[in-house]
Amino acid sequence: MRRSVLVSVVATIAFAHIPAAHAQSALDDILKSKTIQIAVPTDFPPYGFVTTDLKPQGLDIDMANYIAGKLGAKVELVPVTSANRIPYLQTRKAHLVISTLGKNAEREKVIDFTAAYSPFFQAIFATKALSVKNAADLAGKSVGVTRGAIEDMELTKIAPASADIKRFEDNNATVSAFVSGQVQVLATGASVAGNMMQRNPNLNAEYKFVLKDSPNFIGVGKGEDALRTRVNEIIAEAKRSGDLDKMAMRWLGRPAGDLPQ
Amino acid sequence: VLVKLEFVPVLEQWPLLVQGLLATIALSALAIVTGFVLAVLLVWQRSRGPAWVRALISGYVELIRNTPFIVQLFFIFFGLPALGIKLSPEAASVLAMVINLGAYATEIVRAGVQATPAGQWEAARSLALSEWQIFLRVVIPPALRKVWPAMVSQMVIVMLGSAVCGQIATQELSYAANLIQSRNFRAFEAFIVATFLYLALSIALRQVLNWVGRRYLFGQARPGGAYG
Repeated sequence: MRRSVLVSVVATIAFAHIPAAHAQSALDDILKSKTIQIAVPTDFPPYGFVTTDLKPQGLDIDMANYIAGKLGAKVELVPVTSANRIPYLQTRKAHLVISTLGKNAEREKVIDFTAAYSPFFQAIFATKALSVKNAADLAGKSVGVTRGAIEDMELTKIAPASADIKRFEDNNATVSAFVSGQVQVLATGASVAGNMMQRNPNLNAEYKFVLKDSPNFIGVGKGEDALRTRVNEIIAEAKRSGDLDKMAMRWLGRPAGDLPQ
Repeated sequence: VLVKLEFVPVLEQWPLLVQGLLATIALSALAIVTGFVLAVLLVWQRSRGPAWVRALISGYVELIRNTPFIVQLFFIFFGLPALGIKLSPEAASVLAMVINLGAYATEIVRAGVQATPAGQWEAARSLALSEWQIFLRVVIPPALRKVWPAMVSQMVIVMLGSAVCGQIATQELSYAANLIQSRNFRAFEAFIVATFLYLALSIALRQVLNWVGRRYLFGQARPGGAYG
């Protein structure tokens, strides 16, 4: 009896076909339904965060609204974390991911990227008292990082074997671990660290060294070339008209600058 | 178009999975043994201790049973450092699991003890056994026999609940699955593998606990009774 249940469970999983949207259909979907689902961060100021009235705000949200506007579609914001934003795109729960997404070879295997739309960099932060000048200095220290983020990949590449890397689920947990003293060193994006230092001046934390300059790209589903081309046109146009610079000025206090295609 | 399931990139990371599996087993074993002993001691104190101890235990049981496990875990890991108590992710995880299981198991053991007829206490007292001896040798074994299925379920739940401990960087099984899927984006496959490992672990744990219960805690009903 028990065995037959188990067999049927296994069989169900083995033969379950997981349906996905037809390739190249995302743009048609959007234009037909006049709605677009865009994954945005809510734990990543100033790119995406939630104000006291629980409304998402930030550069990425502005960008999402901007693109939806240009496509003539109503935007549905889908809050995601650093760790789950790519699965959301893979499983077609979102048409676009505008969530401080950096580009690298591993990610390009599973999703496609548009041109860059905003600047960003990841770095190592720690208290002033702790001497950390380069990757070798991380030896024997505990380092907090958000699992699956670009800084995780970079840190994993350069950190010495004796560095104790602790990976947390999202940026809030990573920052909490640093603020509460559970890790000595914080590897994260400049904006997250800036926000953390502003709110915790007593920690005496400071910037130590850069991990990676990684402008943000918009993620689209693998093979959605029609949508990618259209979004690229919108980005190029926004760059020419100065709208990208305006958005960067508003949230980052600096123009978008020279961004890679 | 179908999403193709590819298990090879996940299974290639088997050292991570094995490490995670062992960590989950170690965390669960520690938490289950300690939490169970804690529960028995608390039930003893609750039936024989002074009034303020009894109130304290009731407060603990209610507090833990009415708050989510992840909040308890975050409180221990992120909150306690404010009081100067810094625990490693692993220590914080075990502590949270012990505290959690302790509360639930206390209620389960209490149910069994309450179902023990007063006549058993009286009979044992007439044999000049001490109160602690009566509790441990006369009351607890039949009480545990009555509630053991519920206790085993709770222990399995605590084992499965250890999946949450990955949130504070404890490197258990779901942490391993998450790490693998964040590296190769094979989320579906990684979690299917993790699901089957948890399933196997649950079934094995249930068998082991059932056996331990019969063998060491309350015994089979045998000819000659408890003294045979």
